[in-house]
Amino acid sequence: MAAFSMTVRKRLTAGDTAFELDFCIDAGGMDCVALFGHSGAGKTTLLRMIAGLTVPDEGRIALGDRVLFDSAARINVPPQHRRVGLVFQEYALFPRMTVEQNVRYGLARDAGGSVDSLLETFGLAPLRRRLPAMLSGGQQQRVALARTLAANPSVLLLDEPLSALDPVMRTSLQEALCSARRAMPVLTFLVSHDCGEIFRLATRVVRIADGSITASGTPQEVFAAPGDRMRVSGQVLDNRKHGAINVVTIAVGEEISRIALSPDEAEGLAVGDLVSVSVKAFNPDVRKIVK
Amino acid sequence: MNFDPVPLLLSVKLAAASAVILLVLAMPLSFWLYFTRSPAGYLARVFVNLPLVLPPVVVGFYLLLLFNPSAPVGHFLQQVFHLRLVFTFEGLVVGSVLFNVPFMVNPVLSGLESLPRSLCEASFVLGKGRWTTFWRVLLPSIRPSLLTGLILTFAHTIGEFGMVLMIGGKIPGVTRVASIAVYDDVESLHFAAAHLYSAVLVIVSFAVLFLLILVNKRFARTW
Repeated sequence: MAAFSMTVRKRLTAGDTAFELDFCIDAGGMDCVALFGHSGAGKTTLLRMIAGLTVPDEGRIALGDRVLFDSAARINVPPQHRRVGLVFQEYALFPRMTVEQNVRYGLARDAGGSVDSLLETFGLAPLRRRLPAMLSGGQQQRVALARTLAANPSVLLLDEPLSALDPVMRTSLQEALCSARRAMPVLTFLVSHDCGEIFRLATRVVRIADGSITASGTPQEVFAAPGDRMRVSGQVLDNRKHGAINVVTIAVGEEISRIALSPDEAEGLAVGDLVSVSVKAFNPDVRKIVK
Repeated sequence: MNFDPVPLLLSVKLAAASAVILLVLAMPLSFWLYFTRSPAGYLARVFVNLPLVLPPVVVGFYLLLLFNPSAPVGHFLQQVFHLRLVFTFEGLVVGSVLFNVPFMVNPVLSGLESLPRSLCEASFVLGKGRWTTFWRVLLPSIRPSLLTGLILTFAHTIGEFGMVLMIGGKIPGVTRVASIAVYDDVESLHFAAAHLYSAVLVIVSFAVLFLLILVNKRFARTW
């Protein structure tokens, strides 16, 4: 499998602020590289540059011995000839084509697999005659993935592929993604906000802030030594004094918890504040969820 | 009362021919306008929309000068294709095709521009070129816009007067369409005939617009 290298710079404007994207990464083999960072950090732009949909101001992108972009040599291979698969955040399924036609549209002439086997792999065979509008979010996501893999890409780019889905669907699609990558090993870049997702899918994480890399490594290395405490971030919904203590209501993901704090600790926590809540690793209550 | 149905049939024939020809011709034009980034695209959009603001008589006047067999273009058409475009039905079709370009191209373009850009990009990344993307992904997704263009062109041609009179004259059975028949009959005080032509035009226009609204509603629901 080809090694990938990318060094790019581009000035970006997000709202009123302009910043420079300055990014350098090498990836090889069958890495799954997660791009992690807050919105507007330039993650999607990076994927678009690899796909050839956005032109960097300067830099070089190479995949194995193929140069996809080189500003110095004035090379800019059009998206059609890059053999890069991009799954859009909103899937971009073709609305007037059935599931089967969508997947067939992507099929590369020299691809080994057939439409039938792809539909089978992604559990889409029973839905083959449906239009995208008649599918759930999870089903649309699987069609988008099948269509992209049908083109037999050398690099797979996933732009927050699971962000629109509920947690249960997410988990099952993460498994589908894992097995798809096992079946068709391909270098993958994954944009994600979800640490859990990154731990499951990614072999490497690149943390991006304001257009440049602030950390890079395995998920364990980047998301600070798992071990001594469990940390989640949430938002303060309420902070109220109850006798000698303060009861602070905090939303974490889809759960809302009430936490007792001493008045000193609770001081300065206002409604709407973003907070991090940590639990020490010693003797927390862990129970298996039975579905 | 001497009511002659021929002008009405001529109007419908002219409108149908213009709409169908324009549907075909508008495709490459819309394709180019949608994808081009050249400054020529802006200029082309001005030309496309010119018939919207120009008085039809002015368009007719220039076409008359252009197609006149003693003018270079008219001469060329006559010599090479044996095609005479002044005071003929073919001339009316050519004139009304040119005159209706905005009524076909604008709905198609706005349909294309309302599609998410990612449809196009997804198709490109899957290795497909612009034409394949246009025919297989974009056009099928804007069928209501295509239908709107067809209906608008048809309805607008039915109502056209000034341009038709300029390049077609009013030769009975050839270029004397319904709108001109109304004018003629009023001028010669045949009010009953004028009433009848007008009523039919009102009914046809109403029916066509009703169809347009119905089509858009239906598509909006199933979209």
